[in-house]
Amino acid sequence: MLTRKSSAGARGTSLAQALAATTGGAVDRRTFLHRSGLAAGGMAAASALPWGFVQEADAANRAPLKQAAEVKRIKNICTHCSVGCTVTAIVQNGVWIRQEPTFESPINLGAHCAKGAAIREIVHGERRLKYPMKLANGQWERMSWDQAIGEIGDKLLKIRETSGPDSVYWLGSAKFTNEAAYWFRKFAAFWGTNNVDHQARICHSTTVAGVAQTWGYGAMTNSYNDIQNSRAMFLIGGNPAEAHPVSLLHMLKSKEQNQAPFIVCDPRFTRTAAHATEYVRIRPGTDIAVIWGILHHIFKNGWEDKDFIAKRVYGMDDVRKEVAKYTPEDVEKITGVPGSQLARVAKTLAEHRPFTIIWCMGGTQHTVGSANVRAYCTLGLAMGTIGTSGGGANIYRGHCNVQGATDMGLEPITLPAYYGLIEPAWRHLSRVWGVPYDYMVSRFKEKKFMEAPGIPESRWHDGVLEAKENLEQPDNLRAMVFWGHGANTQTRGPEAKKAMEKVDLLLVVDPHPIQVAAMSDRKDGIYLLPDCSALEQDGSRTASNRSLQWGHKIVDPIFESKNDLEIIYLLAKKFGYAEQMFKNIKMDGTKPLVDDVLRELNRGSLTIGYSGQSPERLKLHMENQQHFDPRTLKARDGTPVAGDTYGMPWPCWGKPEHKHPGTHVLYDTSKTVAEGGLNFRALFGNERNGVNLLAEGSYPKGAEIKDGHPPFTYGMLKRLGWDKDLTDAERKEIEEIGGANPDAVPWQLDLSAGIIRVAIKHGCAPFGNGKARANVWNFPDPVPIHREPLYTPRRDLVAQYPTYTDRRGGRLPILYKTIQDKDFSKDFPMIVSTGRLVEYEGGGDETRSNKWLAELQQNMFIEINPADATRIGVKNNQDVWVFGAENNVKLKVKALITERVGKGVAWMPFHFAGHWMGQDRRFRYPPGADPIVLGEAANTLMTYGYDPVTQMQETKVSICRIEKA
Amino acid sequence: MARMKFLLDAERCIECNACVTACKNEHEVPWGINRRRVVTLNDGKPGERSISMACMHCTDAPCMAVCPVDCFYKTAEGVVLHSKDLCIGCGYCFYACPFGAPQYPQAGNFGTRGKMDKCTFCSGGPEADNSEAELVKYGRNRLAEGKLPLCAEMCSTKALLAGDGDIVAGIYRERVVTRGYGSGAWGWATAYKESAGT
Repeated sequence: MLTRKSSAGARGTSLAQALAATTGGAVDRRTFLHRSGLAAGGMAAASALPWGFVQEADAANRAPLKQAAEVKRIKNICTHCSVGCTVTAIVQNGVWIRQEPTFESPINLGAHCAKGAAIREIVHGERRLKYPMKLANGQWERMSWDQAIGEIGDKLLKIRETSGPDSVYWLGSAKFTNEAAYWFRKFAAFWGTNNVDHQARICHSTTVAGVAQTWGYGAMTNSYNDIQNSRAMFLIGGNPAEAHPVSLLHMLKSKEQNQAPFIVCDPRFTRTAAHATEYVRIRPGTDIAVIWGILHHIFKNGWEDKDFIAKRVYGMDDVRKEVAKYTPEDVEKITGVPGSQLARVAKTLAEHRPFTIIWCMGGTQHTVGSANVRAYCTLGLAMGTIGTSGGGANIYRGHCNVQGATDMGLEPITLPAYYGLIEPAWRHLSRVWGVPYDYMVSRFKEKKFMEAPGIPESRWHDGVLEAKENLEQPDNLRAMVFWGHGANTQTRGPEAKKAMEKVDLLLVVDPHPIQVAAMSDRKDGIYLLPDCSALEQDGSRTASNRSLQWGHKIVDPIFESKNDLEIIYLLAKKFGYAEQMFKNIKMDGTKPLVDDVLRELNRGSLTIGYSGQSPERLKLHMENQQHFDPRTLKARDGTPVAGDTYGMPWPCWGKPEHKHPGTHVLYDTSKTVAEGGLNFRALFGNERNGVNLLAEGSYPKGAEIKDGHPPFTYGMLKRLGWDKDLTDAERKEIEEIGGANPDAVPWQLDLSAGIIRVAIKHGCAPFGNGKARANVWNFPDPVPIHREPLYTPRRDLVAQYPTYTDRRGGRLPILYKTIQDKDFSKDFPMIVSTGRLVEYEGGGDETRSNKWLAELQQNMFIEINPADATRIGVKNNQDVWVFGAENNVKLKVKALITERVGKGVAWMPFHFAGHWMGQDRRFRYPPGADPIVLGEAANTLMTYGYDPVTQMQETKVSICRIEKA
Repeated sequence: MARMKFLLDAERCIECNACVTACKNEHEVPWGINRRRVVTLNDGKPGERSISMACMHCTDAPCMAVCPVDCFYKTAEGVVLHSKDLCIGCGYCFYACPFGAPQYPQAGNFGTRGKMDKCTFCSGGPEADNSEAELVKYGRNRLAEGKLPLCAEMCSTKALLAGDGDIVAGIYRERVVTRGYGSGAWGWATAYKESAGT
């Protein structure tokens, strides 16, 4: 016992209120907890102890209950997955002493998973990085912050001078707050590079690109809560029972109360599959064939939603042609799934509409990731389930703020809020930032690098190692910054190690030293700066369902750690652009006011409606969580938040004072746009080859334009005669922005938000009313087709379903055919895939340092089917060597013999690090900051392979050979 | 008067281990002591089910019957508690317990185990409610604060229920009726000589 007990007895009242608010009429579990809880307490206090020899409970000896004044209840958001569970901390004298369930949160209703229930340990932080350090002469040395910023700054400035700003890579984090993510992207822009990225690249980048290119926005269309309305659930490539446990709270409700069939497609019989009503075992990397196999039966039986397709979908006939080729026999040959099973799945889906489609990284992390996700979307479009409560594409994002960080443009391909990198985008952001456009240009080596997408993080090591003449930038990367990002989550470990040893400087800004500290054999040139967790700072984060939630700082940053905004300030000051960059921000010494950062972010982020969620509104939602309905996320009437949707899921159109409630379900035409209704976005033009791309006879409730229409501009408002609804101030701002051609000012560049306000006043979506695309003509495969993984033991299928030809992207060459052409299947006969465990998250440096979690998973392992184990001659829990197809990689791990994986398939969790091909490298960590549990990193073995659109890495299919160790 | 019971709905348990870490968090239970744990049956096979297990606070508790120093006692709510001052660490209760609940901090020569530790249904021990001594020896006393065990309160899918036996059984029964299936309240026949919801 480490802490003194406080009495949270006084909390009884607020607990009761919270419970009362979240319960309906009937006695359910929460009502019960409330009632029996209070009753039990009363009785416990009154009970006498029956055994004479034990000490009598004596009222006089009780701990005084007077601490009410000093015990604070502070709410923040769990820093692990994207569900967005509220964490309630009981804080006394600046110490987080207890954690209580948050029954009033409409998202988690008090629930947590192992990680959320153990999260208090993060701010105990026995294994945290405690102060700035550097590696010099093979030894870790403690530094002061001043010294560290000085040295790091000088080195980076020197690289900037000699090789240009593009030679420093700024790798940010999906664990940033929205404010920090936005600020980090801006920081990289001021440094003068687009070489900035974060975990979304290797998590859901293919979703964001593929889905946005299908219907407008690349995000979860509905919410975890809305799954309660589903008549069936179709889950492919995800294991939420481990990766998003609290989402099961809503999914099981659908399964139990709606009797919803729950179909799980996965190569592994996951813990989620254990709760499915139908489990479909597929061969890794064959998702498209599975979906086309289902659609084959749907089209054959005429189960598609013809009206929906005619009005709202472009290109479904092209899909129909492709799908015709995927006969049940061919599909079985590719996927291993019997045709009869897919026929049953198709029938179940047809009979249970609306069904929701759920996917996760099993679908996205492939060389065909962006095609996989479009196949999933196409299934929903064909069945007319998109844009409906209970339907939609419920895409489970990974980290706690990966949605927000993606939205804030923490990526090499765009500025915040998906404005892209084109000149009007830079001019827009310069206007928001209050700096001249020419100043921003001057920060870059040349204007062309300002508009050219940077190197994706999945390829950073290629940016270091690739021959200079193959790079589309002046010089190789010479410094690598890991700011809240692990190093064991990226594939091709040996190349990463080599790159780490080649760069001039490695900088880690993180609560933990991460594997970077231990992986390389460098003797110097590694700097570690202690960053605090999101629990130790104020700010908003965006859950997977696009709801923003405000987290209140629970305790001050522990040890010498600082928050992201402050560290960015210190570096910007050293680099000489703090003044320009922090122009709009109130400072408290070196600490920026986070509310001001959000206000600036609101002002410029019009494209996706991140503009209405002011700090004031977000804090109000957090204070009034109990007033939101857990099924609809709508606030109850007569409450301070009445009319709002919880967390104002984006798009929350216009300015905060316009009071848009947020959009719970995207593209739902049954509601007015003002209430959160929408239609598909007109993002792809008005027509293609003579075919109309705008919606036909479909529009949101109450729209005055009862048909498709292009996105709004000032000129369009004038032609409609709606410009008279603009205020003088709005008109003035639009004309100022437009300069010589004000009519061309589009809705998303109008900083007055007047065009948006007026469009919505007339019931129309500002972004136009278009069709969704089943044919994405600008992608390598306009209609997805099955392509064999680069490394495959099924050589018989390579000729018929070959991969892409080699191409370029992200300033680098990307190989396909070159790799697939070589047959490795003799030496490496088994498929190997990777995934998550419930106890750990991401690279795992944080969770493996948490004693309550580490105790539960102490060994890295590989799952092997009993048939393969017999062939190899290995028993459960024995050590095995797993050999990979590149760089003579071998991992020493424990064998877990289980039918969870099919014959010929092995599976590893990817959270471990700290061992390197059999060697325990604990000695490399700074003393006292080594995670409790170390192990081989699965990605040391995982091989080459990138999606052609986003350069998502292939972590789900490679090949291996397993031998007894 | 409430008769406190645990009820585990195996149709809902997803082996997320929140109950395990919530317990560690609330009571700062040291490494190696597991007042609660999750056990999975048919791991990786169709029919896989998980069960979160701790002391069930049995009606006719075998641990109480075998303890040579009578360190156990039962509260008015039916919670089985014990006195660490009296416990001699003999391990009899471990052999008697059908749920494997008793835990011991050490395993030394000559069978030394240290004082037994187990789930208290978040209601401390014989010391005064919410006193420092109780906190150090047994962890927090949520019942005295008007709260229920944290493992159940934080359960990710509300699979683990804790509270008045009649009420938890009622909730479970209602669930079984709604969804049309249920594998029975696990352990109830052993612990409470009754079943719920089937």
